[in-house]
Amino acid sequence: MNNLQSLSLYLPELILTVTVLSAIVFDLFLPKEKSPKVGWLVFGGLILSGMAIWVQKSPTTTLFMDAIVLDPFAQFFKLLIILATLFVIIASQVNSELDGYSQGEYYSLLGILVFGLFLMVSSVDLISVYLSLEVVSIMSFILSGYLKNDKRSNESALKYVIYGAFSSGVMLYGMSLIYGIAGSTNFFEIQNQLVGGGGEYHLIFVIAVVMILVGFGYKISMVPFHFWTPDVYEGAPTTITAFLSVAPKAGGLALFIRFFHQVMGDGVALEGNGFLTTTELPWPQMVAVLAVATMTLGNLVALQQKSIKRMLAYSSIAHAGYMLMALPVLSADGIQSIMIYLVMYLFMNLGAFFVVLYVKNKTGNETFEDYSGLGWKMPILGIVMTVFMVSLTGLPPTAGFIGKFYIFASVIKGGSQFYWLAFFGAFNSVISLYYYFRVVKVMYLEGAKSDIIESPNQPILGLLLATSVPSLFLGIYWQPVIKWVENSFHFFTQIL
Amino acid sequence: MDQLVNYLYISAILFSLGLFGVITRRNGIAVLMGVELILNAANINFVAFSRFGGMNLSGHVFSLFVIVLAAAEAAVALAIIITIYNSMQTVNVDDASSMKQ
Repeated sequence: MNNLQSLSLYLPELILTVTVLSAIVFDLFLPKEKSPKVGWLVFGGLILSGMAIWVQKSPTTTLFMDAIVLDPFAQFFKLLIILATLFVIIASQVNSELDGYSQGEYYSLLGILVFGLFLMVSSVDLISVYLSLEVVSIMSFILSGYLKNDKRSNESALKYVIYGAFSSGVMLYGMSLIYGIAGSTNFFEIQNQLVGGGGEYHLIFVIAVVMILVGFGYKISMVPFHFWTPDVYEGAPTTITAFLSVAPKAGGLALFIRFFHQVMGDGVALEGNGFLTTTELPWPQMVAVLAVATMTLGNLVALQQKSIKRMLAYSSIAHAGYMLMALPVLSADGIQSIMIYLVMYLFMNLGAFFVVLYVKNKTGNETFEDYSGLGWKMPILGIVMTVFMVSLTGLPPTAGFIGKFYIFASVIKGGSQFYWLAFFGAFNSVISLYYYFRVVKVMYLEGAKSDIIESPNQPILGLLLATSVPSLFLGIYWQPVIKWVENSFHFFTQIL
Repeated sequence: MDQLVNYLYISAILFSLGLFGVITRRNGIAVLMGVELILNAANINFVAFSRFGGMNLSGHVFSLFVIVLAAAEAAVALAIIITIYNSMQTVNVDDASSMKQ
């Protein structure tokens, strides 16, 4: 579709753009102490944009001369990202780390980040892939270093920018090689070339794919490109950590799935079960090994952490590993289970970070000692944190169990060559039980019982309920999520 | 075709130098210079493939995008390094390790 025709189908992104621009202007008229109000403007814009996505019942098509696509798969991820951002904006309003900073830019940058993620989940051209990855990365660098006077925040931004710039550079070099092999930057044409005669460029193609994996792996913090994750997550403002652990990860996974499915896979057979790879490169096995490495390392290192925020950073690495596990199976079930898991993960992970945020507001710290006796001092907080921990472990009757159940089911359905993958997944869940329950143990069994009962203030209470109720409820009645995922499971494909 | 191969050699050398710089340098600004070398190596590839490989123009377009994004990234990265210098009086990447446990 040409540029002018595309505009009407690009309404959600246009709304977002207008919102961001007006947020920047609106901020100019506000005194510094009133700058958090900009957040509500972005909040409203995101809701409008989400509604525009929701009512968009257009045919699946490419926009802007095949640069990006519009399909239910992209819409699913866009809605997921909007939901996560709405939660994060409300949480940012009560984040006391941001006190004393002008916050207008914070929300504007968050809006631009969401725009980049929209582009990321719908791009089908190497140019738009690189553009979207950079937009998301650059905004994340600034946001993680937002606390200018906090040494740890500066440090987290430095680490993020060095790893980010390096891995996107390596990915770019890989893309240039792919362009040299296929003669095009468009996913469908690359796939066509690979099917036609990719064999003669085998070695260079392997190198190019590994280089591209560096860029994608960095975005979803896959081992061995995860080194930035713990430091960035620990130093960044807690609300940004919560955001980074969910939204860009969802966007990165969407890109991962689309690239491997549409360039390295046949891109059409997903209606049935099992799709074929277009190359002789054993990339499913590569991804399987990386998934196992990711979850094992995430879980083993999480065991030794003293800070809960850092522990959750490693746990988010482990969760990326669980999700990647379902990709090498090359089946529709596998990809759907990743999408289901992301919905569940959004609620439980954001919720856990909101508890960390509240405790940090109260005590100014986030180590395990700060949580001792918390279950008695703040009963509501203790209960919801227990729910999140049980859910992150993946025990019934919580959302995390359903997510993991579908992942494991799809892996086992993939046949006996994937049983080892399921075994490692189960083994890792057992390891994670230890450190998640350590939080519960510290909250209830350590520290003095106190008679003074504190209740969190209104906005935080609302956030905790809005994340903990779905974390429990979706473990009992998860049909709506399955339905949503099934309806959204439709890619734009093109056979040349 | 010979010309194309020459350009590819140059870009491969540039990429390796960039990689070497990123891995060995401890000065934040030197690391960024390594990253710029990597980006420009990719740029040379794109333009060379587009010009000599008999391909479409998207290679040229891509390299323009890369130049713009590299500038944006460098601006942000330098700003971050300045804040690091203000808070720690150093731009050494290894010194920024207060969070290691």
